[in-house]
Amino acid sequence: MEDALKQIAEAILVILMLGGAVCACIFKDLLNAVIAAAFVSLIATILFYFLQAPDVAMAEASIGAALTTAIFVIAIRKTKRFEE
Amino acid sequence: MRILISAILLTILVLGLAFALAEIPFGANQINSSLKPGRYYLENGVDETGAANVVTSVVVTYRGFDTLGEVTILFIAAIGLGAVLYTRRKQLPEVKPRSASLILQTGCRFLFPLILVFGAYIFIHGHLSPGGGFQGGVIVASAFLLVYLGCAERKIPRRGLSATESLAGLVFVTVGLLGLVYGGEFLQNFLPQGTVNTLFSAGVIPIIYIAIGFKVGAELTGVVADLLEKRQ
Repeated sequence: MEDALKQIAEAILVILMLGGAVCACIFKDLLNAVIAAAFVSLIATILFYFLQAPDVAMAEASIGAALTTAIFVIAIRKTKRFEE
Repeated sequence: MRILISAILLTILVLGLAFALAEIPFGANQINSSLKPGRYYLENGVDETGAANVVTSVVVTYRGFDTLGEVTILFIAAIGLGAVLYTRRKQLPEVKPRSASLILQTGCRFLFPLILVFGAYIFIHGHLSPGGGFQGGVIVASAFLLVYLGCAERKIPRRGLSATESLAGLVFVTVGLLGLVYGGEFLQNFLPQGTVNTLFSAGVIPIIYIAIGFKVGAELTGVVADLLEKRQ
């Protein structure tokens, strides 16, 4: 029972992650795309934790969800916000 | 025509990846499977290195040379970014930083020491609990990012950052070479292992992780500083 619940949760997370990744690709507003990419990292963090890899989860949370997003936002502020 | 070719190539790629990854039991319990190196580390890692966190024993001891390579890659990437964004000081018009809102300023002052302590905790306890030099270093760098956002009038001394980074890198390489001298292998443990699961255990692993934490923290703070200070 518990395994089945966990698998359902994982499936939902994977689908959300795929949706986030597709959004990050198709959004024309780059700020939204960066937030979508950060969302993918966040879900990846949860999945890594489910797969018993807390070390990787921490690396993904700190690098993928926090610092990369900040660097992308700074880069967008210095260039253009909208994709042609 | 181009669409057709790219579709065919994509299909080949997807099929190849699917066949290559089909045998790997993702998410399954792999302790008793046929993946032998992993089992060896799980069974003997704690006894051989004294680190309670097996991942740390692999990252710093068994595959320590790879970690040195990773740190070098990060170093080169930071240097490359600095070179791309390089502008002469005199050409820059003096931009007065816009002061942040009261909430951001107060939050920054309140949170900065806490985040710093948390990052330090993560890399000092790398051999006991999940986490390690890289994760702790990135958390420290995000604390400095908060300083840039909230208290823009405070400048982080670049000379100090470079000095910290170089010193930490030197400590890493020196400890590795001392292992070569005393233990016969690069990064070999030459200090007493101590009791497993205490702070002062696992020989050189905490020293290396603290060095990596300082190095990664200084490097990424330098990256953020490069991006934020050099306006065009």
